Amino acid sequence: MTKKASVTISPKKSRREFIKKVKELSGQNLQLCYQCGMCTGNCPAAANMDVSPRRIIELARLGLEEEIAGSRTVWVCASCLACAVNCPRGFDLARVMEAIRLLTLRKNVDRVRPEDIPPQERGDLPQIAMVSGLRKLTG
Amino acid sequence: MSLAYYPGCTLKTRARNLEEPAVASMEALGLKLDEVPRWNCCGAVYSLADDDLIHQVAPVRNLIRVKKQGKSELVTLCAFCLNTLKRANLLMKQDVAKRDTLNDFIDEGIDYGGEVKVLHLLEVLRDRIGWEALSRKVKLPLHGLRAAPYYGCTLLRPREIAIDNVENPTVLGDFLRALGAGPVDFPESTRCCGSYQVVSSPGDIAEYARPILNSALSHGAEALVLTCPLCDYNLGRGQKELIKKGSGFKEMPLIYFTQLLALALGLGPQACHFELNHGGPESLLKEKNLLPQTRSVQLIEG
Repeated sequence: MTKKASVTISPKKSRREFIKKVKELSGQNLQLCYQCGMCTGNCPAAANMDVSPRRIIELARLGLEEEIAGSRTVWVCASCLACAVNCPRGFDLARVMEAIRLLTLRKNVDRVRPEDIPPQERGDLPQIAMVSGLRKLTG
Repeated sequence: MSLAYYPGCTLKTRARNLEEPAVASMEALGLKLDEVPRWNCCGAVYSLADDDLIHQVAPVRNLIRVKKQGKSELVTLCAFCLNTLKRANLLMKQDVAKRDTLNDFIDEGIDYGGEVKVLHLLEVLRDRIGWEALSRKVKLPLHGLRAAPYYGCTLLRPREIAIDNVENPTVLGDFLRALGAGPVDFPESTRCCGSYQVVSSPGDIAEYARPILNSALSHGAEALVLTCPLCDYNLGRGQKELIKKGSGFKEMPLIYFTQLLALALGLGPQACHFELNHGGPESLLKEKNLLPQTRSVQLIEG
């Protein structure tokens, strides 16, 4: 279910810093996006997201860090790159999702804790699941 | 002839059913897979952050060891390893500043500039052996098997490392045709299975599996053909949950392309480790007369 929110633009310094960090980490030009929604249309996880992939780009380039940080979207993204290969502007949204995740993870706030995964499951999961999951969701 | 081969962690444990039939099949085809000495985990996922070079060290170190072996090509089997190694290789080839930093940091004695070509086994079968030559080696054609090629994400995305056309891949279908099977194309063949989300949100995995399985079933598939151990795990787990919830469809067998290769080359089920599959294909294969003699029968006769 996509959350609706009104957006106000203001010249706050913190917003500019957030935009700068996302651009630096992702290497992406947020202004390239023209909000066509191909990313959302092709995303296999969009149904699980509260803010759509298209909207994440819009919120990021407005510097609305609180709205993005409060959403589960970047944590649901599996970096499958269906958005990137279908974007008519050559924009790599997966890199922006990663940048936003890292802004949290680098504050030592982890999204998963290995000790919370039941032992039976830890034994069953393929190594590539454990390694990639912990790489993407812990700092 | 031998090719440098990188197995990766999962193929040595949970996915021996992907590796062992591949090694045996390639030997039968006259191409020995020569394991890279002292390989380490590739890191499983490619880092997407511009300032993160430490996570490039693991894949690059593997590539340096291939170069040290005097080999110019590296074959991979695991779809995750292919993706990570091939992208790290591309970074070393294209980004001079990052290449220099990594070369200065990594203590392997030689500089690396992306010289090794990273290949997936399907590319070797397609481009080195060729479908016609492969079909001539088939001893047990997979006639009557309606198998749907499922590519997932990492063999095809991003575009610059894809082993085939991103929108309309045919390599797995052509492979199946060469073995005598009837490939079943379906529109969700490149849709993500949920990947590592199974670690943080295992409850969501069934809903990732549902559209993939529904689409394959509605196009007449009897089995899904896979290349990735995480797809096998997620789709197997997802469909078990869907069946438990009363979704109305029966279990779809999941089978690695290398298992079908070994069967078609006449190496028998003993090369395939079907007991490790997350969606058991044995009853379907028996029904199609593709399991000529099982190990237990041999043991009883012996």
